[in-house]
Amino acid sequence: MTQPRQERVPAALGILAGLGAAFFILPLAGLLARAPWGDALTALTAPETLDALRLSLVASLTATAISLLLGVPLAWVYARVEFPGRNLLRALTTLPMVLPPVVGGIALLLAFGRRGLLGMFLERAFGITLPFTTAGVVMAETFVSMPFLVLTVEAGLRSLDRRYEEAARTLGAGRWTVLGRVTLPLIAPSLFAGAVLSWARALGEFGATITFAGNFPGRTQTMPLAVYLLLESRPEASFILSLVLLAVSLAVLVGLRDRWLGSA
Amino acid sequence: MSLAAEVGLQLGRLRLDVSLAASDAEVVALLGPNGAGKTTFLRALAGLLPIGAGRVELDGVTFEDPLRRVFVPTERRPIGFVFQDYLLFPHLSVLDNVAFGLRSRGTGRQAADGRARDWLERLDLAAYATARPDSLSGGQRQRVALARALATDPRLLLLDEPLAALDASTRAEVRRDLKRHLASFEGIRLLVTHDPLEAIALADRLVVLEQGAVTQSGTPAEVTARPRSQYVADLVGVNLFRGVAAGGLLSLTGGGLLAMADPTTGDVFAVVHPRAVALHRQRPEGSPRNVWPGRADGVELVGDRARVRVTGGISLVAEVTPAAVGELGLAAGGEVWVSVKATEVAVYPA
Repeated sequence: MTQPRQERVPAALGILAGLGAAFFILPLAGLLARAPWGDALTALTAPETLDALRLSLVASLTATAISLLLGVPLAWVYARVEFPGRNLLRALTTLPMVLPPVVGGIALLLAFGRRGLLGMFLERAFGITLPFTTAGVVMAETFVSMPFLVLTVEAGLRSLDRRYEEAARTLGAGRWTVLGRVTLPLIAPSLFAGAVLSWARALGEFGATITFAGNFPGRTQTMPLAVYLLLESRPEASFILSLVLLAVSLAVLVGLRDRWLGSA
Repeated sequence: MSLAAEVGLQLGRLRLDVSLAASDAEVVALLGPNGAGKTTFLRALAGLLPIGAGRVELDGVTFEDPLRRVFVPTERRPIGFVFQDYLLFPHLSVLDNVAFGLRSRGTGRQAADGRARDWLERLDLAAYATARPDSLSGGQRQRVALARALATDPRLLLLDEPLAALDASTRAEVRRDLKRHLASFEGIRLLVTHDPLEAIALADRLVVLEQGAVTQSGTPAEVTARPRSQYVADLVGVNLFRGVAAGGLLSLTGGGLLAMADPTTGDVFAVVHPRAVALHRQRPEGSPRNVWPGRADGVELVGDRARVRVTGGISLVAEVTPAAVGELGLAAGGEVWVSVKATEVAVYPA
């Protein structure tokens, strides 16, 4: 039997690579080692933990739903419609991916805050206040997470063979039938990946949320915020919540393994 | 039923200008080299590509008329389209693929599935109803594509290179089946192909399309007997000349004179079959009226015959036996004398 020849690793390269890997693995190991497993149940079932968990789930899932509702059409427009300024607009709507989240939170305040551009009008006309509310949490999470969905879905739409849509039209399918029975099913993997990515980003959101929505337990205090604050008062509980978030992240990674890790 | 189409459009460097009428009494094949605009024409008939000028009419109903601003979108044209690579929906079962058209046109699920099953039965696909398209063989996929296109009872069936995606071993069988299904379809049948064999086997009438324009049309026998372009002459394998005939002499456009037995006069095409061209080492004695020296440029074996390309005052292809190639010492090229009997020059008006 001939084995594929193993490349000899130069020592210096091997050491640096090992350091690089250790840099990621050590913190995870630390989290697992120091977690007070005995108190896990107590910490998890504490009312404020449950509140944060519930709020995080509700807000992140709502943000993902909004991202799907608005982001898929946006991706469709980017992929299919030629118009002047398209690249500029795409850059602007992608900005939150690279923008420091705190800056995003401040920008949201300036737009939707009580003295913001639109916020002032919303409050006067309808009595709606968005900052420092659960709706504000959802907005902050949508703001930072939707670009992931838009970019993923746009890429999916671009790589779709549009002749399938033409085939559907020759069979009598109008544009909504084509969209619902051909286009969306064919880009389902991209939709799924985009939704999961954007949900994971929303779940972990910290900076924009605390800036725009504040940190009110039960109302705007999501898991990441709770983790950070518990670190001061009850570090053990904070470790447990961190583990929960870690588990979710791992699940996302495993769920998207075909896309990112290859099928090996 | 009748289709009347005048299609004028510009697509990139291709300028398409085609006028075509067809009835349900015949299968029409659009034959032409790659890039001639055949697929573009089909797409225009389907409304997938708007026409710049002209008119598309089916049974007196106008589908498209840019001047009168009429445009019926693809999904409202009663057509069936079989694409070259079939484009079966990969996420749907065979049954759902075939039922797709009916469901899209508003037929209820049960009724649509029932009729789709009938079609699968007719095309010997009943066993594959729940299969995914990618698990089928090429020939089966072709039949699913045909069933899907036919299930909506279209009045115009368009087939784009229906056999091109198949390998040679299954093509003959699928072609025979396709011919049978085309014969049982009641509607206008228009197929596009670059393969003359396929066109002749499947169609009652050929329309030859070259560089966006129709160069010839007629029954396969008519088209092959009287080529009107170099493309068709090459397909048939004959020497084609163009020139002016007068008094038993044909003055070729490319230079040279050919004696002919035909009394036709005026602007004509002339065909000389390679078998009617004789090659000699010495200037031949005797009756042939057309004799000229040339140079053998290349020899190609076709079946049990050798085709020799000869350049000279009149360049053409001669077909001789491989033995003659040896006797004349043509394998390495060389000087030869060419002779063609006047009676072997077939002439018809251009």
